[in-house]
Amino acid sequence: MAEFQPVLLARVGKPDSHLLETYRRDGGYEGFKKALGMAPAEVVATVKDSGLRGRGGAGFPTGLKWTFLPKDHPGPIYLAINADESEPATFNNRILMEEDPHQVLEGIAISCYAIKSKAAYIYLRYEYGRSYRVLQKAIDECYAAGIFGKNIFGSGFDLDVVLHRGAAAYICGEETGLIESLEGKRAWPRIKPPFPAIEGLFRKPTIVNNIETMACVKNILDLGGDWFKSLGVPPDPSNPRDAGSYGPKLYCISGHVNKPGCVELPMGITARQLIDEHGGGVWKGRKAKAVVPGGISMGFLSASELDTPLDFNGPGKVGCLGLGTAAITVIDDETSMVDVLFNCARFFAHESCGQCTPCREGTAWMHKILTRIRMGEGQMRDLDLLTEVAASMGIIPGTTICGLSDGAAWPIKNAIKKFRPEFEEYISTGRKTVKPAESLMAAH
Amino acid sequence: MPTVIVNNKPVEIGASERLNCIQAAERAGIEIPHYCYHHDLSVVASCRMCLVEMGDKKPDGTIAMQPKLFPGCQTPVKDGTVIVSDSQKVRDAQKATLEYLLLNHPLDCPVCDQAGECGLQDYSYEYGRGYSRLQEPKNIKPDKDYIGDQITLFTDRCIMCTRCVRFTREISGTAEMMVTSRGTHEEIDIFPGEPCNNKLAGNVVDLCPVGALCSKDFLYEQRVWWLNSKNSVCPDCSTGCSIRVDQNKDVLYRLKPRENPQAQGSFMCDEGRFGWKYIHADHRLKLPEQRADGKVVSRDWDAVLPAVRNALQDAMLRAPGKFAVVVSPWATVEEAYLLATYARKLSPTARLVLGPVRTDGEDDLYPKDVHGQPATPTRFTIRAEKCPNRRGVEAVLKQIQGSVIEFNDLLDQVVRGDVETLYVLGGDPAGWISETDAAKLDKLKLLVVQDLLASAASARAHFVLAGGAWAEKDGTFVNHKGLAQAIHRALRGPEEARPDGRILLELAERSGMFNAVSLRKEIATAVPALAGLAVGELGEFGVLVNAPAAAELQPA
Repeated sequence: MAEFQPVLLARVGKPDSHLLETYRRDGGYEGFKKALGMAPAEVVATVKDSGLRGRGGAGFPTGLKWTFLPKDHPGPIYLAINADESEPATFNNRILMEEDPHQVLEGIAISCYAIKSKAAYIYLRYEYGRSYRVLQKAIDECYAAGIFGKNIFGSGFDLDVVLHRGAAAYICGEETGLIESLEGKRAWPRIKPPFPAIEGLFRKPTIVNNIETMACVKNILDLGGDWFKSLGVPPDPSNPRDAGSYGPKLYCISGHVNKPGCVELPMGITARQLIDEHGGGVWKGRKAKAVVPGGISMGFLSASELDTPLDFNGPGKVGCLGLGTAAITVIDDETSMVDVLFNCARFFAHESCGQCTPCREGTAWMHKILTRIRMGEGQMRDLDLLTEVAASMGIIPGTTICGLSDGAAWPIKNAIKKFRPEFEEYISTGRKTVKPAESLMAAH
Repeated sequence: MPTVIVNNKPVEIGASERLNCIQAAERAGIEIPHYCYHHDLSVVASCRMCLVEMGDKKPDGTIAMQPKLFPGCQTPVKDGTVIVSDSQKVRDAQKATLEYLLLNHPLDCPVCDQAGECGLQDYSYEYGRGYSRLQEPKNIKPDKDYIGDQITLFTDRCIMCTRCVRFTREISGTAEMMVTSRGTHEEIDIFPGEPCNNKLAGNVVDLCPVGALCSKDFLYEQRVWWLNSKNSVCPDCSTGCSIRVDQNKDVLYRLKPRENPQAQGSFMCDEGRFGWKYIHADHRLKLPEQRADGKVVSRDWDAVLPAVRNALQDAMLRAPGKFAVVVSPWATVEEAYLLATYARKLSPTARLVLGPVRTDGEDDLYPKDVHGQPATPTRFTIRAEKCPNRRGVEAVLKQIQGSVIEFNDLLDQVVRGDVETLYVLGGDPAGWISETDAAKLDKLKLLVVQDLLASAASARAHFVLAGGAWAEKDGTFVNHKGLAQAIHRALRGPEEARPDGRILLELAERSGMFNAVSLRKEIATAVPALAGLAVGELGEFGVLVNAPAAAELQPA
């Protein structure tokens, strides 16, 4: 295979890549102009035909989502951009926003035109201070250049883009939690239906898309849907519900590797290739014991599953929740899975919004149990209890409103299933990672 | 008719009805346990107690079940919907939810006010697992003893159903309450410096399905299983909220709103909720009194009542045209009827006067918007007219006399000397006569005051008859829109105080005991405006007094 040339990251690392001037020199906003010459429905069709699936984690086909908007709605219709990138070990949106903000903004402009929205809200993770400054500057540049505002390029299309700094919580990245937070409320996910495309921000039809999706939209308009479809993995013929995993994807590599970072590759690369060819191999000459395929809520790949292709279906076939954000975290063979799992549980106990009972109490309980195991006070039955608690949470069994608790439960179920001997050994030998006195029972 | 199948039991729903699973199951007589759902509040589907299995019955009779569980409160039903609430899967989910809810619950039932009427206790008993598998320490959250003047919060008992938060946002519109922190550390709280003191605040205590929000007024007063309850009607404004009177050993402990869609809905205001304290006040009239030359001659009902009767008859011989009776709008329909007919029997020209109707400002509509102005749609009204039965009393007086004489006109007539004999049936607990007005009564040759509290008028009376408060008698109140509701005798009055109906019955020498049901039937014939009372038993929800509507509103 010839060396893949990055498209989404093509301008990253070049001098002044964040400025409008350099962006336009590279052909920036030509795609937007091209879109303005098309009918909105044509733009939607282009994106739909390209097979683009949302890059935020769930992988819902973007073009299809756009068609869920009510037909001939008098408006307003909103586009909300989910830039609340808070899945641990995920940082691809941040690179796009900081290094090439105009690529994202052009994607937003094109998408707004396609869905006939006159206002886009970018919900930015609070902690991303640099992204905030860069993105705001880029937006200001666009207003000054007449790319945003009234009657853009004489087409009669109006667009306002608002950058909103988020409320610093993981749950703000859930699409309806994001909408609530954007409205100035507590980010408690809404009950669905109605889905945001019918009733979203300010009770108006709203599309929520990810930053990376927007960058893909921009490139689909520039390079065409056929280019997009030439990359990645076609649908699995044996699975009628598979929409395929087309296009380039930003993979984040972190954890125990020699060269962590973000790389752009066609969908379907395996975890082993990512670690060895792009991450410089596992550090200190060790072996990988487990790899998180896409943010810790997706579960774990064991050492024998590293050849799983990281497309939208691959991780699911080996018991993971899905591709998620495609942020792999490598765990070397000297690390205790009990500690890894404790860290996961602590995160979710801290981030559960507290609306639904199973998630609110279940995440905290699992954290308490793992704390106790790490204090050397674990019992074998705790493993079954953890599995039972994890199984009773989430929208998959139907016990919660949003998917946070599925994500909270999955690594627990997954780790205990795949690494049970290690947990049993840890408990039976009475190992202690922490001294009881050092351990705080509170999640904070 | 659309048919829903609940646990294999078909139940029909109205063609245009929009019901959720909980409501549909209720029609089938099946309870789906729930905490956060309340039919007057928005649906949040967060407690996850009402999870059910759902499916669809296809036209060919096969049933396709969905693989996951659904919250019953959030999921609407339609024709062919299949609800299963008793399968093993649902039982397991209920068990798990209850275990979660109890994880950090202190289990301090022995000292908790809610014990005995607690959603956690009831559901744990029915659906729970009986023990907890938590080995770690529970979260301990600080109690907040000042949520409002009347409300205290036992934070660690809370199950985060957010009913209280939604109430203050959606019904009172005052939005004092909120959720603070996140996840398992979440707590209910008020915004700093904004205590929950709105006029509907007490309802959050009723809405709380557990013992977290408690009423300071009732706190540690009684175990609820000692309380005896009687249905009644709040006497504090003309809305006529349906309520429950909770008493033990003739001591009233609390009033609770009783749901009545025809009257007020599900709630009541704090004015009514805490407005009953006069019932046990020291200045209650406890004994009848017959006075002569400023001295008490007798305190014995058996002597006083005949003396009143004789005195009235003497007065009629002297000046039958100068006799008036005052019926307070706090009196029941039955009392108004007994007194008015008795007065007309004594003297066909007896003047029938409506007692002072106390009003306070304007009707107070809820919810309020951010500026404190009423917002639409109105969810609750505290009415300016502070008496419970003006319409009922007026209907009786108008029927007998043709019109109603205002109390101020009567005072003028007394001053002019047109009235020499006056019988007053009081009842306004806030006092119905000022010292200046009472002084005008000095001109009377005979003044009989039947009331529950001592007043400037009772101090001047020749006869004082110790009557009963609303909670001590049977009768009928007709509210602002003509809904007749029954009040019931929940407790005995202090010492020798008697229900007013009984006093009037004996005075009029009518045979038998006071019986509100048979009296209502008599009134329905005598007063066409109150024809709806013909049903006798007014039931839980009352009847509209104008006849056509009455029959269909009578619950089956």
